[in-house]
Amino acid sequence: MGTTLLKKVWDLHTVRQLPSGQTQLFIGLHLVHEVTSPQAFDELRRNGWKIARPDRTFATVDHIVPTKVRTRPFIDVMAEDMMASLERNVADFGLRFAGLGDDRQGIVHVIGPELGLTQPGMTIACGDSHTSTHGAFGAVAFGIGTSQVRDVLASQCLALEPLKVRRIRVTGALPKGVYAKDVILAIIQRLGVQGGNGYAYEYAGDAVDRMSMDERMTICNMSIEGGARVGYVNPDETTFDYMKGRAFAPQGDAFERAKTWWSSIASDANAAYDDDVEIKAGELTPIVTWGVNPGQSIGVHDRVPAPAQASDPKAVSDALSYMGLTAGQPIEGMKVDVAFIGSCTNARLSDLREAARIVKGKHVAKHVKALVVPGSVGIARAAEKEGLDEVFRAAGFEWRGAGCSMCLGMNPDKLEGDQVCASSSNRNFKGRQGSPTGRTLLMSPAMVAAAAVAGEVMDVRELD
Amino acid sequence: MLRITTISGRAIPMRGNDIDTDRIVPARFLRAITFEGMEAHLFEDDRKMGGPGHNRHPFDVPAYHGAAILLVNNNFGCGSSREHAPQAIRRWGIQAILGESFAEIFFGNSAMIGMPCVTASAADLKTLQDLVERNPRTEVKIDLAAGTCEAGDFRCPVSLPPNVRDAFATGTWDTTGLLMDRYEEVDARAARLPYVAGF
Repeated sequence: MGTTLLKKVWDLHTVRQLPSGQTQLFIGLHLVHEVTSPQAFDELRRNGWKIARPDRTFATVDHIVPTKVRTRPFIDVMAEDMMASLERNVADFGLRFAGLGDDRQGIVHVIGPELGLTQPGMTIACGDSHTSTHGAFGAVAFGIGTSQVRDVLASQCLALEPLKVRRIRVTGALPKGVYAKDVILAIIQRLGVQGGNGYAYEYAGDAVDRMSMDERMTICNMSIEGGARVGYVNPDETTFDYMKGRAFAPQGDAFERAKTWWSSIASDANAAYDDDVEIKAGELTPIVTWGVNPGQSIGVHDRVPAPAQASDPKAVSDALSYMGLTAGQPIEGMKVDVAFIGSCTNARLSDLREAARIVKGKHVAKHVKALVVPGSVGIARAAEKEGLDEVFRAAGFEWRGAGCSMCLGMNPDKLEGDQVCASSSNRNFKGRQGSPTGRTLLMSPAMVAAAAVAGEVMDVRELD
Repeated sequence: MLRITTISGRAIPMRGNDIDTDRIVPARFLRAITFEGMEAHLFEDDRKMGGPGHNRHPFDVPAYHGAAILLVNNNFGCGSSREHAPQAIRRWGIQAILGESFAEIFFGNSAMIGMPCVTASAADLKTLQDLVERNPRTEVKIDLAAGTCEAGDFRCPVSLPPNVRDAFATGTWDTTGLLMDRYEEVDARAARLPYVAGF
């Protein structure tokens, strides 16, 4: 019987079994950002500890950075304090840092891959639940809390419980207008927001095999929304092509040797899985969330559910009431106030290209505020080189600087009151986008582009 | 380090599935560089939603003040990895959470700060929540080793993965010391990885 990538990488990184029964796992790459790290650095100082492996640690700023006016000091004194705190910490502890003004700055889960820091076969940790994104490369990547950030800084290790593996095979061709975002929303819809608890998700099948790295990252990114802390795709030629020439990737002959090793850590063809699920790509449609968790979603032509027919009637009636929807109402035609294209889920170059293709020559509806926030400075530059920024501006979108922006309401980009936002981000929790009563509809960037133009939820295929 | 084997005190019921960490502590409060005072923002947005049709939030009911045990339902703590969420709950005074199930990262973050997340069946949790709502003065006791919860005359089985239970029992739930111990083994392991040693 063969072995899964998860088991191979786990075993290669196991330092020892701890007396607690947990595994002490070496972490190959620790990505640090401003929000979940200050208390961890303070604990290091308090205890007189050093950073175990500064050479395996890399920091950037994304969550609190303004995307419009980025001059220092920030208007928000708390954000300025947080920013200054990370700058002081990276200087004091001697860490590599892509700060504001650095060409490499961006959302931590965008720049890791872009710079070639993220590589197949690695264990990766970051104080952010969307660290699962890096699994797209065949890495095993964990979102962690601040006490664990402290652990990794001090020891380059985590104490973890082993995970089961569920293989999710996406088979067949995706219909036109159906994207990686729709695939992961469909997976969460089917398996539930806690279906992945205790599991790593291995995404496989011919549809995933054909996907670009950007698409694989979108899928792995939202593993956590399905309850799976870890999600990954086995590395293949698509992965290796992406890696080639990246700043921190192996170069020359070393790259060829790396490819051999990277190939060897992929799951064996006869690997055994704890669970196996098939999703038929051909049956999927563009998906929109109607509720207050990422599992509460429907096809764009479907109607929102009625509490009476639901397994948890109270959850459905609460969600409908928060969203201002009535049972059985179609989601298509729901008016939107804001359109947001951005976040670690969908702010990569191919996302921006597809959205730009849809809005080109059209204009954002009068009542809609629309913004595009590239995932990194590198992506912003590449998009500008192709003239995508001009396409978006001409269509009435704002073109912003790289950061997490309106995904989570920690910076000036926030919903106001009970605004409805068509959003390419990952969470539609109550209040998620910065207004306690704000409403989020998750969808693909192409669908956000269509909603921006129509001023309401619509099937992108009818505009295209 | 503190050994944790039993948790007892009054309880606070918090009904509902899939309560996410954005609810527990909205992101705007994560701009602080310490966890101090985080309890002031616990469920802040939910607590401010007053008006007709909204019952008082459990954390605003005086009878529940001073509770040591939080009673929740399914998939509590889903969403972001922010440790601010369990920190706010712990700093409010909660010492253990009893629920149907917990999101994985939240479970781990809570363990790291010495706050066990213990599970019980949906039916038992409903009984406990009803019981505490009827009589908020009810003393609840969770015995981790025995795997039981007692509340007045009611008694039910509860569980915690054996590793985690043992870590609490032996006072090894804060892992930093363990991980830093025998550091030479860490470097030796790393040196055998081709991407560390150089391809």
